[in-house]
Amino acid sequence: MLMRAAIAGDAAAYHRFLSALAPVLRSVARRNGARIGLSDGEAEDVVQEVLLAIHLKRQTWDVDRPIGPWIMTIARNKLVDARRRRGSRLTLPIEDVADFLTAEGDDGAMDRHDVDRLLEKLGERQRDLVRSLSIEGRSVRETAERFNMNEGAVRVALHRAIKTLAALYRKDEQ
Amino acid sequence: MRTDDLIHALVADLTVSKTRLWQLFAVALALGAAVSAAAFFSTMGPRADFTQALHTIRFVLKFVLTLSLATTAAGLLMRLARPGAPLGWWRWAWLATPLMLVVAVAVELAVIPPDSWAPRLIGVNARYCLMLIPLLSIAPLAGIVFALRQGAPTRPGLAGAVAGLAAGGIAATLYASHCTDDSPLFVATWYSLAIGIVALFGYVAGARWLRW
Repeated sequence: MLMRAAIAGDAAAYHRFLSALAPVLRSVARRNGARIGLSDGEAEDVVQEVLLAIHLKRQTWDVDRPIGPWIMTIARNKLVDARRRRGSRLTLPIEDVADFLTAEGDDGAMDRHDVDRLLEKLGERQRDLVRSLSIEGRSVRETAERFNMNEGAVRVALHRAIKTLAALYRKDEQ
Repeated sequence: MRTDDLIHALVADLTVSKTRLWQLFAVALALGAAVSAAAFFSTMGPRADFTQALHTIRFVLKFVLTLSLATTAAGLLMRLARPGAPLGWWRWAWLATPLMLVVAVAVELAVIPPDSWAPRLIGVNARYCLMLIPLLSIAPLAGIVFALRQGAPTRPGLAGAVAGLAAGGIAATLYASHCTDDSPLFVATWYSLAIGIVALFGYVAGARWLRW
């Protein structure tokens, strides 16, 4: 399927796979998140955390086994982390409430706050690279030209940045 | 960053990795074991009567026990490292070692007179055993924990403890060839205690370094 093609290096298949997966994860995160008191914005954080984990840990999926249980186990794990984080956070930051009020069921506005805060913690170079490759939608080559780097260096920096983002989410728990 | 933007970044980071998880695991395990073996053979080495001892059942039994522990713990680890992988019979396989040990202790108690129980249990090398098995475990444990960090154990503490059992099994295999205390009474007491210490270290290391 798509993930098999993606692991073999098919970027288009990988994009379709993650894009198709995100809404499924979103509904799982919101449904379960509501039970443990997560706002939709926090549920979206969980979605992004799960996507990061799926990406960084994709080699732990045994291609001969169905992918569903693998994805759901990761999602459950991240929800448990989110609940723990929730438990240790005694006060509800006012921004979350504001996000909640302005968001109209769209996932766009809500998740911007939290990950942007995490993006701020990346080094300047890494942050600009991630922005260029994600929000601004440039390709690796365009990004490399823009920052005057070679493509290999962009890839290495991007990979580090993604690992750092995942680690920052984790650290958020403590 | 919107989720769709994050997906763009992840797709840009797609690279093909040719190393499979189990290969990495096997290499790390082998390297760790090799480091310990090198340390073992360059310092103490096997006991002088090693080849004669191979004809005695008590001596051979030590290797059956330590190798079965190392194998079953490593097999279980490969499952624990993958989210959602069914543990299957690996969940119980490691219990074979303590089970065999219990049977061996029972037989030992039946065949030797009660007044030699205590000397055999205390042995001559208990302190070395408690010290050297954990020391020889360091390299294999480090290798396994490194490999597990590339995996995704959903229960990091448990995975670390099982890593400790596997590393302890490897270390005990080396130490067993040096140690002259072959009685199952000695093995059940001191080897178990030493490997238990390693498993405890593994638990702490896992809870600390295996979260993802």
